[in-house]
Amino acid sequence: MTETPKTLLHRWVSAQSGDQADWLAEQLETLAAGGPERTLYIFLGFAPRKLGKADLFLTEADKAAAEAAHPGWRPEGWSVDGAARVLGLLTYKSDRAFVDVFKDLRRTSDLGEMIALYRGLPLYPDPESLFFEVGEGLRSNLKPVFEAIAHNNPFPRDRMDEHRWNHMILKALFVDSQLSPIVGLKDRANPELARILIDYANERWAAGRPVTEELWIPVRPFADHPEIAPLLATATAEGRLTKEVLS
Amino acid sequence: MFIDPHAHMISRTTDDYEAMAAAGVVALIEPAFWVGQPRTFVGTYVDYLSTIVGWERFRAGQFGIRHYCTVGLNSKEANNEELAEGVMEWLPRFALKEGVVAIGEIGYDEQTPLEDKYFRLQLELSKELNLPVMVHTPHRDKKRGTSRSMDVCEEMGVDPSMVIIDHNNEETVAETLQRGYWAGFSIYPSTKMGNARMVEILKQYGSERIIVDSACDWGISDPLGVAKTAELALKSGISEETVRRVCYQNALDAYGQSGQMKEEDWLTPPAIDQRTVYEGNSILRGGRDPLISVPGEERKANLIIE
Repeated sequence: MTETPKTLLHRWVSAQSGDQADWLAEQLETLAAGGPERTLYIFLGFAPRKLGKADLFLTEADKAAAEAAHPGWRPEGWSVDGAARVLGLLTYKSDRAFVDVFKDLRRTSDLGEMIALYRGLPLYPDPESLFFEVGEGLRSNLKPVFEAIAHNNPFPRDRMDEHRWNHMILKALFVDSQLSPIVGLKDRANPELARILIDYANERWAAGRPVTEELWIPVRPFADHPEIAPLLATATAEGRLTKEVLS
Repeated sequence: MFIDPHAHMISRTTDDYEAMAAAGVVALIEPAFWVGQPRTFVGTYVDYLSTIVGWERFRAGQFGIRHYCTVGLNSKEANNEELAEGVMEWLPRFALKEGVVAIGEIGYDEQTPLEDKYFRLQLELSKELNLPVMVHTPHRDKKRGTSRSMDVCEEMGVDPSMVIIDHNNEETVAETLQRGYWAGFSIYPSTKMGNARMVEILKQYGSERIIVDSACDWGISDPLGVAKTAELALKSGISEETVRRVCYQNALDAYGQSGQMKEEDWLTPPAIDQRTVYEGNSILRGGRDPLISVPGEERKANLIIE
């Protein structure tokens, strides 16, 4: 039987819960029974205090299980407390819509909590209802919050429309964030994005600033596209771009 | 290594962070305070608290400084009852956030009944959550206000070892120490303490439970208050051990009682923090000798903007 993200998180967090195993089990039971939201706030607040902030220890088999449970979900780089927080949120039985609970958590969260909340995005119910919340996270000036959504997270690939997707890629470049950890970077490439990226490269060249090689990953599939090819030809003719970069 | 246990970085620039890091400040505490004008909506106060537990912490980390904060309803805004009631409802949500090392700064300004009410309610909260308390002592009618703050802490059953009485001066220090509280001194030009006066206090009272801070904020103040006081004290013949205690260890011991502030945070930070929120301190990496420079000096010397 395939494990669900929730059962996987439960297994991983329990394995690293040490002498707090009973506390964790008890808390999860309380959360599953529902009740006042204060229970959830307290669990989220105590997660790093009780469980520490070590990296989640994952084997290759665990990573494969994550992929099987939710395609594109890459929990590597998560911490124990972060994983526990997402587990707690998935476990809590609420009378309110998930997005309403999420919003209140997000706007009172500390840095570690906000990163954890956004890393859990692909695992939450009613993904469409979370679009505004995702937008708030992407607009954040907190680079690790932006990256919690953009990196190793299939939510953008699976749920975002083209406009939002393109602007996420552009912002990643703008805040010096890597593109390669973005799930679906090649699959979601599109001619409009290629055009924006070439414009951006031209701006960088004009300012005498370097252009990251990663920028060309989503451009390459459209190198021969009738609207894109002439732009690339100009940059190549002016000596700014080499053919090798595009191949 | 220094800790500045009272610095309102939300009001300061990146130059200040650079200067503090270069001077050897490895950690600081940002107490929730009055931002220079009253807030008139509960929501702006909530967003302020969210800023100091999140955004400001991240900003400090980019300069290699570990950022902690205290949360509380300050004495001035306690006089707006509608706002105060709203803030009190939200406060418990913030008190258990990561890096929150105390309830504060709370206490008296004009010593009104409303200030008294919310001071007591917040002392109750600190007891419930087992958090230290940072007490702001009033500028006006200071001596009496300071005594009264301690009276109320005791009436409420708060252990003096959990309370930092801040903004002490020559007139208040003896009683603060004698009653068993931590005594904070804010090296803040004109209104609070000067550092030459501070050195005299160290000569007279030694290092036990004395804590030096800058209280730098939106006014004319100096984010290098702690580093400059340390240097002046050493030059004046105060021992290195005394300086280490009043400019580093005592703050760590007092606020460390929250369980939220540990030396490992800056000496051996967890991997997740190094990937996300903390760039590491160049002084700790053995990069440079501590340097006291005027904020902005480096900037003026460098004409080219890239």
